[in-house]
Amino acid sequence: MTAADTPVLETPLAASHVGLGARMVPFAGYLMPVQYPTGILAEHQWTRAHAGLFDVSHMGQAALIGPDHATTAKALEALIPAAVVELGEGRQRYSQLLADDGGILDDLMFAREAGADGRILLVVNAACKTADYAHIAARLPEDVRLEIFEDRSLLALQGPEAEAVIESLGGEVSGLRFMDVASVVIAGVPVHLSRSGYTGEDGFEISVANDDVTRLWDLLLEDARVKPIGLGARDSLRLEGGLCLYGHDIDTTTSPIEGALSWSIQKRRRKEGGFPGWARIARELEEGPARIRVGLLIGGRQPAREGAEIATKDGTIVGRVTSGGYGPTVEGPIAMGYVPLTLSMPGTDLDLIVRGRALPARVVALPFVPAGFRR
Amino acid sequence: MKLYTKDHEWIAIDGDVATVGITTYAQGQLGDVVFVELPDVGKALTKGGEAAVVESVKAASEVYAPLDGTVVEANDKLADDPGLVNLEPEAGGWFLKMKLAEGVDTSDLMDEAAYEAFVQTL
Repeated sequence: MTAADTPVLETPLAASHVGLGARMVPFAGYLMPVQYPTGILAEHQWTRAHAGLFDVSHMGQAALIGPDHATTAKALEALIPAAVVELGEGRQRYSQLLADDGGILDDLMFAREAGADGRILLVVNAACKTADYAHIAARLPEDVRLEIFEDRSLLALQGPEAEAVIESLGGEVSGLRFMDVASVVIAGVPVHLSRSGYTGEDGFEISVANDDVTRLWDLLLEDARVKPIGLGARDSLRLEGGLCLYGHDIDTTTSPIEGALSWSIQKRRRKEGGFPGWARIARELEEGPARIRVGLLIGGRQPAREGAEIATKDGTIVGRVTSGGYGPTVEGPIAMGYVPLTLSMPGTDLDLIVRGRALPARVVALPFVPAGFRR
Repeated sequence: MKLYTKDHEWIAIDGDVATVGITTYAQGQLGDVVFVELPDVGKALTKGGEAAVVESVKAASEVYAPLDGTVVEANDKLADDPGLVNLEPEAGGWFLKMKLAEGVDTSDLMDEAAYEAFVQTL
């Protein structure tokens, strides 16, 4: 993703990670912790059982700012297939920035702040953020502008004990449900947070000023229920959660329908269109896409990685794995990949070809691990 | 005689049979091992060629044959307990035993002191 000569950026927490013994690796132009000394398996299990703290400050935080909600919402609806206008105050949704052919330029979260009419917050992927901002800014009407928050960091606190940890520091979050957003104060630090994440667990993504992030990080880690978690476990957690990694499971060649993300396109938008790629997306909704992303549970213990071919039992190659690895909670190898629609029914038996050997795999419904969201 | 490669394999030579595994340093770099693909008994190995594949949570990595020879035994324990590679990389977590080809040249392998010095440079 990152060329060797790209300057490597750091988040404000880089020294904290090194101090904790993290192994730092380049990711999306940033030097990020891939794991801490306990390792990916332990970090993964800790997050599923307790609360894992992630530094995801490399991600892009921005806001669309217009004169009123309807104006800003319509400007965003011209770029993404989700319904924005009817989004309630204090609510967040998942969507995709689409190219004119319906390919996915990036996936993102957008939220309507409570009590800030005309502001819609965006969180986009680190590797895509520069291109996203240019794409968005070039397509906004005159009365809506894009403000990029370079002065804010992003933490994620994920796991079944996340709520109790934040409450014990005075953050009033117990009234929030999945995909709510709110401004709260955690141990004297003002933050904007959403009850969401990228692990399949209950939890929060916490936007905090760069000047406050180290203090908040340290405060959260003082709680015995909280451990720092690196990008390695973030990847195994999101894979078990059946969540897409942009640039791997979805990209400019895949539509949201092929990506099995049609749930994120609300009824009005399906009917009315008015977003890039609508012709393709309407056709795929009507006729079914030629291929679709599925979950694959692999027999035995050998993982199949991204790029492994997917074959029918008679040896015909029908697709490729887009994410694959060992699922620590599943206790076995799992993968996601694209197959023709006719082979996408759960229970379909396929093979994954790894170094010339066919590994038996069965199509399963996603997620691999039931979500712990507080709905 | 136990020797090491720059790719972080160890090879313990006893007469014409040698045991091969990966080093403590290597398992630390890989992280939690979840699967090891071992060669079949009888497979001919070429020095520097692929001998096994070790899969961590993150990625698959090749393990190379330190010398020429033929596989005489693979460590079946790793099938059920791949984590042995992390726990005992230079003991119970061995990968394979090989019968060395005649006249193998060990001169470019490192002894323990040389390997430890090499790791310090990484």
